[in-house]
Amino acid sequence: MTAHLPILQVIIPLLAAPLCLFIRIPRIVGIFAILVSATAFLISCGLLQEVITGGTLSYQLGGWAAPWGIEYRIDKLNGYLLLLVSGISTIVLVAAQTSISKELPENRHTFFYTAYLLCLTGLLGILATADAFNLFVFLEISALSSYTLIAIGTDRRALTASYQYLVMGTIGATFIIIGVGLMYMMTGTLNMYDLAERLPAVYESKTVLSAFGFFIVGVCLKLALFPLHLWLPNAYAYAPSITTAFLAATSTKVAVYVLIRYIFSIFGIEFVDMSLPLGDIFLFLGLTGIFVASVAAIYQLNIKRLFAYSSVAQIGYIILGLAIGTELGLTATLLHLFNHALMKAAIFLAIGAVVYRIGSAQLSHYAGLGKKMPWTMAAIVAGGLSLIGVPLTVGFVSKWYLVVALLDKGWWPVAVLVLISSLIAVIYVWRVVEWIYLTPPRIITDEIKEAPMSQLIPIWILVLANIYFGVDTRLTVGVSKLAAQSLFGVN
Amino acid sequence: MWLAPETLLILTILVPLFAVPGIIAANRFPNRREGVTITASIILIYLVTTLYGLVQNGTSIAIKGPALFPGLHLSFEIEPLGMIFSLVAGFLWLVTTVYAIGYMRGHHEKNQTRFYSCFAIAISSVMGIAYAGNLFTLFIFYEVLTLSTYPLVTHSGTPKAKEGGRVYLGVLLSTSVLFLLLAIIATWYTAGTVEFQKGGVFPPETAPIITGTLLVLYIFGIGKAAIMPFHRWLPAAMVAPTPVSALLHAVAVVKAGVFSVLKVCVYIFGLDLLRTLPSAEFMLYLAAATVLLASIVAMRQDNLKARLAYSTVSQLGYITIGALLATNAGIVGGAMHIAMHAFGKITLFFCAGAIMVAAHKTEISDMRGLGKTMPITMIAFFIGSLSIIGLPPTGGTWGKWFIMTGAFDAGKWTIMIVLMLSSLLNIAYLLPIPLRAFFSKQAYGKPVQIKEAPLPSLLALSFTALGCIFLFFYTQPLYELASAILQ
Repeated sequence: MTAHLPILQVIIPLLAAPLCLFIRIPRIVGIFAILVSATAFLISCGLLQEVITGGTLSYQLGGWAAPWGIEYRIDKLNGYLLLLVSGISTIVLVAAQTSISKELPENRHTFFYTAYLLCLTGLLGILATADAFNLFVFLEISALSSYTLIAIGTDRRALTASYQYLVMGTIGATFIIIGVGLMYMMTGTLNMYDLAERLPAVYESKTVLSAFGFFIVGVCLKLALFPLHLWLPNAYAYAPSITTAFLAATSTKVAVYVLIRYIFSIFGIEFVDMSLPLGDIFLFLGLTGIFVASVAAIYQLNIKRLFAYSSVAQIGYIILGLAIGTELGLTATLLHLFNHALMKAAIFLAIGAVVYRIGSAQLSHYAGLGKKMPWTMAAIVAGGLSLIGVPLTVGFVSKWYLVVALLDKGWWPVAVLVLISSLIAVIYVWRVVEWIYLTPPRIITDEIKEAPMSQLIPIWILVLANIYFGVDTRLTVGVSKLAAQSLFGVN
Repeated sequence: MWLAPETLLILTILVPLFAVPGIIAANRFPNRREGVTITASIILIYLVTTLYGLVQNGTSIAIKGPALFPGLHLSFEIEPLGMIFSLVAGFLWLVTTVYAIGYMRGHHEKNQTRFYSCFAIAISSVMGIAYAGNLFTLFIFYEVLTLSTYPLVTHSGTPKAKEGGRVYLGVLLSTSVLFLLLAIIATWYTAGTVEFQKGGVFPPETAPIITGTLLVLYIFGIGKAAIMPFHRWLPAAMVAPTPVSALLHAVAVVKAGVFSVLKVCVYIFGLDLLRTLPSAEFMLYLAAATVLLASIVAMRQDNLKARLAYSTVSQLGYITIGALLATNAGIVGGAMHIAMHAFGKITLFFCAGAIMVAAHKTEISDMRGLGKTMPITMIAFFIGSLSIIGLPPTGGTWGKWFIMTGAFDAGKWTIMIVLMLSSLLNIAYLLPIPLRAFFSKQAYGKPVQIKEAPLPSLLALSFTALGCIFLFFYTQPLYELASAILQ
């Protein structure tokens, strides 16, 4: 049984998704989805444990040996992210039970959970597989179900947002598949580790270079790297809150994983170094993204859009770590992947709780909510502090490692810019704080109550995780370091 | 003693923190709620005095907490400077709480539960700063202090409070994130450690350009020390209720700033290294400029709290000067001035608040003849002023004396002249207030009738005023502690 864990991780949500359609009773489907996601989470715990103690796991799908059959391969990097994705998914699902009842019509609840589980399947599949084409398949599964999850709400603006995302996402996916096709043309294989062995022989060819080019652009569209981020703010702003919380915390992170996997495990850093000035490009785009998106966040009137722009900025930090191109830089990137997921999940779930109570995500409707919903508001503030990088939160850990990596590389000015940019985060977070606590409410709204327990508990689990992993960094720093070391081939 | 010294140390940080749930739980019962704060502050005083006894007997108390990052621990250690700071803050918390009961109720302030809770968190982080064993721990509590005092600054919730809060948070967070954090990470990177060590942490081969730049980053980064041009937050913080201005913005927060400056100078750079740095000289003159300019600005303020705030900026400059002189007397003077200025300035703020509550006056020009209605308050104000100016028989004399000696030892004549000029300016902007109160005619021709602030407030301000005099005659223990920093 334990030998099959790598595939069970993916197959259980995949099989469970259509089952939802048979169960049909929304309440039961909801609980069923939680159970499925929790099972995936438990499996990922087991997998990570095994990977840390016993080293990389390889699983041959259907008993067909790689490189002919499809291989699933769990190492420290994806073991760590599997844990993150399945964990966040479970917590978000708990909050979903009440949250979607206000945001979706009753007859769409079952479809929501079906699409959600399919999206989870796709994300977990991308992480687990060691096959370039299989990865594309899962990428499409997760993408198509995300479009559904965004458009499923009652807000009609979500339809255009979803369509916009569909167009951009499809372009990205097409670029990726072109890249995979070109690589297959040159090497005749799709297994990542087989590719890594065969590619050096054809490093000089223009085909491989264009494969890499297509690939990078395609993935950067998916992960919303500035200036390819245009789909993100609308999609996050108009989607149902639960969708936003889930996608913001996981989907872009998984896309970053794909980027890291391709750069380090398939093409290899030697190739990247000699073919493209990728470090410089990422440095430039990352920094510009951080500043442009952070400043844009300041001017948003919709709190979901505000934090969506903040997400684009945070992706800039993640890419900046990659741009450094050292082991320390990669560690910072991996840390921030995990940490940012915790922050954004907490913030968007808390926003979801407000939407549940007041039915709006306009910042002006937050006036005076500090009194009405003290726990939810405290969660938003705690998440915001983490975003700024205040000590004792995960954001501080990320910032510390990023700055140390930048100093180690000798990039003093960039380190200063990173610190300046976190001050812009202070501005947009404090705009929210001032609305919540220091602006008198315009209308007397006595019926507004604190969010229900079923939402407060998941929110506060995430908030406490933000603090816990900001103090006890053994897991996050430890695994990020090990993963970075193994990607750089140091043992 | 039935508790280990290490436990006592941790308790000093936890006791104020534990008071917070108690304060919140007693939300509806003001007497019980203030009872919780007072109990916590009495326990805190017991703890710090016990620790003081232990430190005097030569016990060394240090704790290495959990590592946040590999090699970087939360750690605490008690050394004489931290002892002084924690004693001052611990004692004055009790006094301020007593004062606040009179003030907050007399002024009918809202949200008093939030007020007392945030106050307790702030005190807890002050204790964390005082006993921090490395820069990293200090930074964490430093930031917690900034954030926990923000709700206190914006307490009234008015647009003016919002503006003040923005400046407060903006300056303190930007300086600490941009300069202090960068300096700490860079120190960690160059020296391999951020532990406070006697004689400094930098290996001798470190390039002077690096240590020189780091010093500038530290002095500017510790925005709480209010060196110009990063002093704007302190006048902005004056929109807070007066007990906050008194304890936090005359004692705890600002002293956390200069305390950190002293700590960094003594235990990160070391006096020997500091003396050789050209940038130390530059920062020294900047501090001197701050002392003078702030005094001049203070003279032009008619609002009493604003005048006191600029006076604080100026007095903080004295302590920074003491640290940057890098002479033994300078450090001793700086450390002593932390305590002396605390008692003097808190008295003045208490008086300002008492005048606000009893006579509803905030502008100095309206306070003529007030000595007849509020004699005790005005006498206390007079004593506090003497201590700030540095005249006997008040404690302020000693702090300034030693800083002056430090400047003499270092051969810095300009600094000595600046210090003397500034003392003259202090006389000019402080003494007229009580003198006019007693010897001028009343601003408005109301019947003269004694109307003092509520009793708790009056008790508190008399206590601190007497403290100023007491510290003049009974300076030995403080002096011993301060000189122990250098042994």
